[in-house]
Amino acid sequence: MSSIYISSNNIISSLGFNTKENIHKIKKGISGIKFHRNFGYMYEYTAKVENKILNEKFSKIGANKDYTKLEKMMILSLNDTISKSPFSITKDTALIISTTKGNIDMLGSKNSKLHSDRVYLTKLGEVVKKFFKFYNDPIIICNACVSGVLGITVAKKLIKNKNYKNAFVVAGDIVSNFTLSGFKSLQAISNKPCSPYSKNRNGISLGEAAVSVAISSKINSKNIAEIIGEGESNDANHISGPSRNGEGLFKSINKALNMACLSGNEIEYICAHGTATVYNDEMEAQAFNRLNMQDIPLNSLKGYFGHTLGAAGLLETIIATKSMNNNYLYKSYGFNKIGLTLPLNIIKKNQKKNLSIILKTASGFGGSNVAILIKKCKN
Amino acid sequence: MQELKKKQNIFHYCKIEKNSVLLNDKLIISEDKSILFSEFSKILYQQIKLNYPKFFKMDDLSKLALITSEYLLTNYFKKTKKPNDISIILSNKSSSLNTDKEFQKTIDNKDNYFPSPSLFVYTLPNISIGEICIRHKFTGGNIFFISENFNSKLINEYASSIIKNRKNSIVLCGWVDFNKDDFKAFMYIASVNYFNKITTNYIDQLFK
Amino acid sequence: MKELKEELKNKIIEELNLGHLSVQDISDSDPLFKEGLGLDSIDALELIVMLDKDYGIKLNDPTKARKVFESIENLASYINKNRLR
Repeated sequence: MSSIYISSNNIISSLGFNTKENIHKIKKGISGIKFHRNFGYMYEYTAKVENKILNEKFSKIGANKDYTKLEKMMILSLNDTISKSPFSITKDTALIISTTKGNIDMLGSKNSKLHSDRVYLTKLGEVVKKFFKFYNDPIIICNACVSGVLGITVAKKLIKNKNYKNAFVVAGDIVSNFTLSGFKSLQAISNKPCSPYSKNRNGISLGEAAVSVAISSKINSKNIAEIIGEGESNDANHISGPSRNGEGLFKSINKALNMACLSGNEIEYICAHGTATVYNDEMEAQAFNRLNMQDIPLNSLKGYFGHTLGAAGLLETIIATKSMNNNYLYKSYGFNKIGLTLPLNIIKKNQKKNLSIILKTASGFGGSNVAILIKKCKN
Repeated sequence: MQELKKKQNIFHYCKIEKNSVLLNDKLIISEDKSILFSEFSKILYQQIKLNYPKFFKMDDLSKLALITSEYLLTNYFKKTKKPNDISIILSNKSSSLNTDKEFQKTIDNKDNYFPSPSLFVYTLPNISIGEICIRHKFTGGNIFFISENFNSKLINEYASSIIKNRKNSIVLCGWVDFNKDDFKAFMYIASVNYFNKITTNYIDQLFK
Repeated sequence: MKELKEELKNKIIEELNLGHLSVQDISDSDPLFKEGLGLDSIDALELIVMLDKDYGIKLNDPTKARKVFESIENLASYINKNRLR
């Protein structure tokens, strides 16, 4: 079988420092998006990881002054995942790191005691590799907002190809002046907490997170999910706007279904990308309707976490997997009235549902689209 | 010599570094090393008759990626039809750092704060892949890897897994890096034909 | 106004990276978006930044912006009326 399995995992986000904490807050209907004064002068709705608690927890495993915020988040997350993993690090273990901007806060930083070349993603990778004494140089993925899901698909490809036996994947991004200013210049930042798929939605709320998973091809009682299919496709339309008819997303989902030998109506829940920009959400509605998936319960998790960029795909995959294993659908937080030209079955309140096969999708700048199919493990 | 000739027929690549273009071992352009990329890229644009106004809006990394792929693909698909589902695997060390620094300048000063949207959209290295896809309507999967040096092993492993999944796949692979005034692009085409005959050593030699 | 139009044409070529064009290629009344110069949504956002940075005008309404950016003529008269710099 060409599947791979996700086992141990950790989420560090605005909602907590481990997966359990995050799920607990989601179930209670708590969002991590708050009105913050960012970088001294930008008042925006963002979802941030609490610095004080991060430093407190990190101080138990490393010296705070020697690491950037993102590095602390990633290392803390991986530390938890590795400690609970059914396998340990060997020369056949891959370290996969997904991020869009890494330590980009180093660029504008005049006071940092760390060397300016920390802005290089290769340096970030070295720091993480060294901390855990990985044998292999990290495989670093920098592919916009699909980077998180690509962390899983790259692990799957390389394990199936017998280049590695297993992998630890860590995905992360911080809220920075750089990205906040950039999205503002695109008029893509919402003036209120983001409302995916809703009427009057007007943009994203940025969030930060570091997330990690252990992946292998071996069946184990710690496995929480089986990845049975994946698909990728570029829209080939515009570098920052999605295709109007969702062509790339449509193709990606079809490729994943073909790989898993499934038909669309076997999917029981869709954890979509739902950034809450006018164009992204509409594009998703187009793609899902073309696949006749408009009745499948669907949510975006960005109302809880904000858009965590490189972390998003992996973060949301873990939550969706927990959702599946708990036979429980979480409401699409921030949703009010539907604002799409085609219907979608948005989950409006928490509810029980037996789930065994779910779909996770992600789309990103550069026209990327990725879809993965997740199946419940028999154990 | 025979073996080398055989390899040349199977392995198609294009290498662009200051300030020359090498296409399948043939030096097709060699300009003065002192001219800047802005000038050099215009020369290449005209030489290859690109005729694609969007080129001028791109940042240097995307321009370099697009031009390199243009030389490579025009030559490779001279006699055959270009498929649409070509996958692309590119990599570099600096991500989009050159453009990141340009964008940072527009936000650095709180009192002269005017973030530039046209710079921001290029602050991701995979945009260079996006530009290639838009130009040629390539709808396959893509990925951008970051590594200290060109990692032919990783790229080959990844490309081979794509091709194992679909035998007739064509994968555009390579390295495209832009760091201050230093730039280097090396792109090649991976297909099912070449995996048994081309070694990573051979590719690494050509990259040098 | 003639000077302003000339200035705008130069700015557009410079800031929107239309390096293949010269001032003579841009007429006062030709459409800037879609046909004509073929500018896109990112260019519109960049023009909004230019209005703020160089002329002190804050234009945030996208519908209004569409009308203003229709041609050099429209843009110049809008700036003339509203400029603070």
